[in-house]
Amino acid sequence: MNIAILSGKGGTGKTLLAVNLAAVADHAVYIDCDVEEPNGHLFFKPLDNKTETVAVKIPVVDDVLCAGCRTCVDFCRFNALAYIAERLIVFEQICHSCGGCTFLCPEDALREEERIIGCIEEGYSGSVKIYSGILNTGEASGIPIIKRLLSLSETERPGLCLIDCPPGSACIVMETIRNADYCVLVAEPTIFGVHNLNLVYELVSLFNKPFGVVLNKCLEGEENPAEQFCLKQGINLLGRIAFDNELGLINSKALIAARESTRYRAQFSSLLASVLEEVQHETVVNP
Amino acid sequence: MKVAVPVDDQNMGTTVCMSFGRAPYFMIYDTDTKEHIFLDNSAADSQGGAGIKAAQAIVDHQVDALLTPRCGENAAGVIKAAGIDLYKTESQSAISNIDSLVAGKLSPLNDIHPGFHNRKGR
Repeated sequence: MNIAILSGKGGTGKTLLAVNLAAVADHAVYIDCDVEEPNGHLFFKPLDNKTETVAVKIPVVDDVLCAGCRTCVDFCRFNALAYIAERLIVFEQICHSCGGCTFLCPEDALREEERIIGCIEEGYSGSVKIYSGILNTGEASGIPIIKRLLSLSETERPGLCLIDCPPGSACIVMETIRNADYCVLVAEPTIFGVHNLNLVYELVSLFNKPFGVVLNKCLEGEENPAEQFCLKQGINLLGRIAFDNELGLINSKALIAARESTRYRAQFSSLLASVLEEVQHETVVNP
Repeated sequence: MKVAVPVDDQNMGTTVCMSFGRAPYFMIYDTDTKEHIFLDNSAADSQGGAGIKAAQAIVDHQVDALLTPRCGENAAGVIKAAGIDLYKTESQSAISNIDSLVAGKLSPLNDIHPGFHNRKGR
């Protein structure tokens, strides 16, 4: 099953949660879809890595064959083509690689060429299989990498797949949760945290995904606006992670807390159990 | 000389629009004949690449100069490839910028921004 871990902004604890849940499972697949800054691999330090490049198709024009009819320019809804001074210009960063221009060109003046935009690394760390998507610096969209990541890992889906999402609620997150069976939202105990939680709450509601919230950085005896938000909205609370110096310290050394101490192992095991119970409940109610 | 300006309204008192690609209209003004037309900017509600599409329309109207407060790099690429001069507007009123251009008082637009790509610019 695919469990996506989301948050409205970076630094709330998506990777902390995803990495540690994967580490306490008997067998798990960890998929890092935060392709602009993948960092799960820093914790797992995977071995036996295989790398696969990801390319997109970009139209290339033959100026001799191009008759300047502009069929392609008019067709492109992303406006990635312009016909200027009797020459076709292609804006590669704007192109969404739909292939429509090449297909429609009456002169066969367009052909597709591959352009590498990043890669996928696949490796192992103990009983965890790790997939990381990496978008090359300067590229506009990581969506093709996420599509490839999720199709590559589709064979793993009968097992437990933990998907570390990019932050926010934009297109790239929508692509990441498209095939998720369950979403876990991570929230911080601040007003700002509530604002960000609301963004992903609206997103998963729109996508009709079953979901629950994990409260991170919880302070004992202090007000938790994110918790109050969940209670008010009737959102299922899956668990809480305390604001804890030791946990922060372990994490800052790129170590996996659940592998470093039995206390954290127990804590994340119990979190995983409540997530899995909830997922099973959802699949029974909404198969 | 034919001049294009992104504008907010379809009248001669109109202000210059802060956005080039997503301006509602373009004023196309002929400084020799004083004739002018207002062009609907079909790129204004594009999903993406509005600057490119808007620039294509400006190029197709065979203008000599574009007067705009700012311009993204993709649009500027199209405008420059067509050999159109790019000037920076210095006041709100569209017509007074055209007068300044005729008087030789407008400066070329050099600070091309990397584009807002559908995010709201300020």
